[in-house]
Amino acid sequence: MKINTTKIISLLFFIFSAFYLYTAYQIQVFAFDENAPFNARTFPIYLGYTGLFFSGLKLILPDPDTIKVEHKNLEYKKTAILIIIAIIYGATILKIGYFLTTSLFLFVSYYFLGERRWILMFVLSFPFVAAFMYLLHGVLDIYLRDPFLKSIGVMG
Amino acid sequence: MIEGILIGLTTALTFQNIFMVMIGCFFGTIIGMLPGLGPMTAIALMIPITYGFDPATGLILMAGVYYGAVFGGSTSSILLNAPGVPGTVATSFDGYPMAQQGKAGKALAIAAWSSFAGGTLSAIYLLFMAPSLSKVSLSFRSPDYFALMILGLTAIAAFSSKGQFLKAMMMVVLGLMLASVGQDSLSDITRFTFNNMNLTDGISFVLVVMATFAMSEALTIILKRNDPTAAAKQVSLTELGSIKINKEERTKMYKTIPRSSVIGFLIGVLPGAGATIASFLAYGMERNLVKDEEKQKFGKGSINGLSAPETANNAACSGSFVPMLTLGIPGSGTTAVMLGALLGFGIQPGPRLYMTNPEIFWSVIMSMYVGMVILLILNLPLIPYIARILAVPKNYLIPLILFFSITGIYVMSFNNFDIYLMIGIAVVATFLRLYDFPMPPLILAFVLGGLMEENLRRSLLLSNGSWEFLWDRTLTVCILATTILIVLWHIYKTLTKKKLN
Repeated sequence: MKINTTKIISLLFFIFSAFYLYTAYQIQVFAFDENAPFNARTFPIYLGYTGLFFSGLKLILPDPDTIKVEHKNLEYKKTAILIIIAIIYGATILKIGYFLTTSLFLFVSYYFLGERRWILMFVLSFPFVAAFMYLLHGVLDIYLRDPFLKSIGVMG
Repeated sequence: MIEGILIGLTTALTFQNIFMVMIGCFFGTIIGMLPGLGPMTAIALMIPITYGFDPATGLILMAGVYYGAVFGGSTSSILLNAPGVPGTVATSFDGYPMAQQGKAGKALAIAAWSSFAGGTLSAIYLLFMAPSLSKVSLSFRSPDYFALMILGLTAIAAFSSKGQFLKAMMMVVLGLMLASVGQDSLSDITRFTFNNMNLTDGISFVLVVMATFAMSEALTIILKRNDPTAAAKQVSLTELGSIKINKEERTKMYKTIPRSSVIGFLIGVLPGAGATIASFLAYGMERNLVKDEEKQKFGKGSINGLSAPETANNAACSGSFVPMLTLGIPGSGTTAVMLGALLGFGIQPGPRLYMTNPEIFWSVIMSMYVGMVILLILNLPLIPYIARILAVPKNYLIPLILFFSITGIYVMSFNNFDIYLMIGIAVVATFLRLYDFPMPPLILAFVLGGLMEENLRRSLLLSNGSWEFLWDRTLTVCILATTILIVLWHIYKTLTKKKLN
């Protein structure tokens, strides 16, 4: 039996809205605000019900324009690798520094996407990031934290 | 008004701002050309950079990016039959057949001139319409604003959803839910933070835009890399033919441009409608208005068929600035991004912007003229070179987009949590995109979330908790009636489509 993914997404959204609504009712408001016409939980409560309404409608109404996604044509593996590389990049950027992590992120991403022109890969990572850093930090005066460059005395 | 125009011209014509328009147009053209990447992505990538400038310069830069991206979208429509933005889909109907006939250069030149003419004419309409609408909008009260926001959100859901209204409305609700995270603006009570300090200030607007557009676009491109349906049909990118337009072709354009610019501008002014509908309507109208002989050429390389949507989509871009500048309600997803950026600068667009920050109000309008001229000067002679950018391998393009997105968040917060959150939202957005859940309604709702709650709060407090404020004022009733009409029209359209099927 084929499962309609749009309906599953709608069901997930319905559950999410129910959770949102439950959390909205848990919002602590000041005692004097409890019976006010509008307090911090009023708008979220309306939103929760609206979410339930629209996702509920999508769930129960027939869906003639079902979207068919050909999963065999999709590059899940490469996309997942790229996401993992981005997460590692995010985890190390503050500790190691902008220059090294960004350059490595770009170089490794080019590699995993199938690129093998090493010189171009290098130019579009290390020198490119250096030039971009100069533009941000040197020209536009946007602060970039970089413990690595600081430790070797390149950045103040 | 003359004084305002002079203020605007003085601001727009400074060396720095002309340079910014040039950079914006160039950058926008390149991003807009790349299939899948549109003005919203281009502007989103620019936001962190604009925070280094004053608001007027920042907005001028974004306006340049906007026009550049719309023109860039036409280039990929004509050369690859792969529109960079939905607003240029109609351009490919006649632009691509012209390119296949060896007239790619001519098609690009017609697109450039039509965009220029459409943009210039609509900037003139904007010049006269914006101040009057600003004065009218001073009479707007909280209930009217609340109703107007409902209208804007419903309209963008109805128009951007390709017939999937409920999906778009779910995205609207999701956008509002994301906007509700963090401290309540009045009582400072934290909501939906789950005791995580990183969420106390709410989710950053730039983070959401980067995640749902730039990053998820990049992931979608990788995901669909081997999808045969997404593969572009090739036209030679090196031999484009002449870019000269002869007298007969010019005569055809003279008739098409004025009428298409009017329809484009008016559609652009409507909240939520935007360039896509404008270009399709202009194409349809042009087809009905031309002689039978010309009608036969539509879809096979008609000059009118190419000029009409190009004029209309650029005119709609200017039109969409009207509700954003005068009412503080964006007319499209792209102007919603701009509104978010303005709020980041500490500027609240709306009727008072005209009085409190006239230099921003007028410099944006005047910079549109400057932007149009620069776009034409830059792009017309550079067409053969710009076309080659389409050959940039995706192996380089995708990591660079991810890098710009992550850098944008990194320089704003220096916080790992924001990067993880952005990647998480991007993954969810990519999955939702696969199943045709539109992202523009989510962004518009996210931007309007705070304002909507604020206006609902004022309205309910003024009416002592009663919902009577919805029918107390004629203006509120009219706006809500328009919303209901849009929903009914949408239901009618869906039912008719089903019957036809």
